[in-house]
Amino acid sequence: MMTEQKATDQKNNETHIAQYAMTAKKLSTKKKSALILLAISLMLLPFALGLMGPSWVRTADYALLYCMLALGLNIVVGYAGLLDLGYIAFYALGAYMVAVLASPHLNIHVSPWLLIPIGAGFAGLAGAILGAPTLKLRGDYLAIVTLGFGEIVRLFMQNLDRPINITNGTQGISGIDNLSFFGHDFGSGFDLFGQHFNGSYLYYYLFLALVLIVIGICMRLENSRIGRAWVAIREDELAAKAMGINTRNIKLLAFAMGASFGGVAGGMFASFQGFIDPTSFSLMESIMVLCMVVLGGMGNIAGVILGAVLLTLTPEVLREVIRPLQEALFGRQVVDPDNVRMLIFGIALVAMMLFRPEGLLPSRRRKEEFHHD
Amino acid sequence: MTDPRQKALLEFENINKSFGGVHALKEVSLRIEQGTIHGLIGPNGAGKTTLFNVMTGMYQADSGKFWFDGNAISLKTSPQVLAKKGLARTFQNIRLFSEMTALENVMVGQHSQTKTGIIGAILRTPAAKREELMIRQEGLRLLQYVGLSDDVACRVARTLSYGDQRRLEIARALALKPRLLALDEPAAGMNPTETAQLQALIRRLHADGMTIVLIEHDVGLMMRLCDRISVLDFGEKIADGTPEEIRRNERVIKAYLGGEATAQAGKGHEPRSVAE
Repeated sequence: MMTEQKATDQKNNETHIAQYAMTAKKLSTKKKSALILLAISLMLLPFALGLMGPSWVRTADYALLYCMLALGLNIVVGYAGLLDLGYIAFYALGAYMVAVLASPHLNIHVSPWLLIPIGAGFAGLAGAILGAPTLKLRGDYLAIVTLGFGEIVRLFMQNLDRPINITNGTQGISGIDNLSFFGHDFGSGFDLFGQHFNGSYLYYYLFLALVLIVIGICMRLENSRIGRAWVAIREDELAAKAMGINTRNIKLLAFAMGASFGGVAGGMFASFQGFIDPTSFSLMESIMVLCMVVLGGMGNIAGVILGAVLLTLTPEVLREVIRPLQEALFGRQVVDPDNVRMLIFGIALVAMMLFRPEGLLPSRRRKEEFHHD
Repeated sequence: MTDPRQKALLEFENINKSFGGVHALKEVSLRIEQGTIHGLIGPNGAGKTTLFNVMTGMYQADSGKFWFDGNAISLKTSPQVLAKKGLARTFQNIRLFSEMTALENVMVGQHSQTKTGIIGAILRTPAAKREELMIRQEGLRLLQYVGLSDDVACRVARTLSYGDQRRLEIARALALKPRLLALDEPAAGMNPTETAQLQALIRRLHADGMTIVLIEHDVGLMMRLCDRISVLDFGEKIADGTPEEIRRNERVIKAYLGGEATAQAGKGHEPRSVAE
């Protein structure tokens, strides 16, 4: 009797799993053409943007950097539910690591390629160090501690020019080495069909590749033992403990993982921009990245990317639009475009949180959370 | 003479726990034998859930001794370590991972049984893939075991009916491959049909060799299900024995019905309605 029962159970399971595998496969064939189209348009995007003006390619590069940051923060905030307001500190650590070790400032020139993994590891370690004292905190308390951490790192960078000049203080570090690929300097750009394309094109492809890697890592983590443990801690920490989850280690892992993405993005930022100073790592930046995650859809990779792209592009678009619009309407500029931009941004955030608190593209789980009766 | 502890799966000796001035557990000793269904009853506030929380590491007892599976357990042991040792529980007020699907809930339950780390998950090594498939299979098997159908598997836990949520909590606890399953009021809020199904499930678990410790207010259900029952009142264990012995125990009747009713209830009325 018992074995018979078990055999049928086993059989049912196998059919279920086979069905599961089949639906997964079917979807991929259906989406294949869409994916190829997306890939081609992403490849051609910088050239299209270049026609609008060279600054747009740079904007696209920044958008990709913010994608990396937002995806990293999404692991901490979206998956594990740990509100981190000092995330930009890891971006700063990655950036300063490259700036100090690959610039004329101390006349050290370590290859930035080598610095990427080191930066990731260093930021990850810093993430775990930040995580350690906050393990027992949740929500607002955690937010305040992480906020403090973010400010501490920024102030360190600002003041580490004495007694030994490491970060060059408020003046920042300039002349940071460009990445190079088989001897070809990324900063010098390339020539194609007799036309010169500057370095931001090359960086675009590099950042795109890195974002794709980060997306891949996030997707795999999401549906893994570790990813499930993160969500379980977010949902109910006590129950997670009762399930044998070592909440301390799993939380530290979330902090470290998210921070390492931030570190890589920071290193790329330093190398791409060639110059960094502490103002790039203010609290406002942490809040912007958090806004990208929340606005796009916490816990959902596509949503987070959309949030990052939208929040990077919107200010640029508004910058282009507001002045001509005012001149057309009033014949002169009435209000400073920057103020209008912040106003629109603020209104958009308030409206979002009122009408679509789960974000533009919510994760399945979040959607349920906000719309139930 | 052999050490009697050899036979007991779990043993408490003189466990004390206070919250400020409230002495929630006073010198409680308890033995749960391998393969039995052991009931814990007592009026509200008697300390049943506190005892559960001490048992599963959610609270640390102030003093006393604790053995599990023949080993002495430190009173400071954390819940996750006890869970790994084979102590799984459900909660009085359901604590599922409410935004995860039913299947994912059971998959989380297998966390301590599995070992794919962050590197394995990122690189998706063959071992990680194999383990993931195994976790999924085992999850589906456990859902079936507790009587949840396949279409429930991919539904978000919060959207399940109350009875199904209770059952899912049991499936999630079973995912730990426990030596002892602690159920805190599993029948609370269930209708008679659901209670009957739950009873059948507990019987099935028992038949498959699981040791179960159970808190329940439905005394009738407890009398039918349990091999042994311990009665708590004001943090003290006042009785211990088979359902038949408990039914006749003067102190139990007194605790439940108060002094005046003793004479009448003592004649063998089942203390059925004492839940309130």
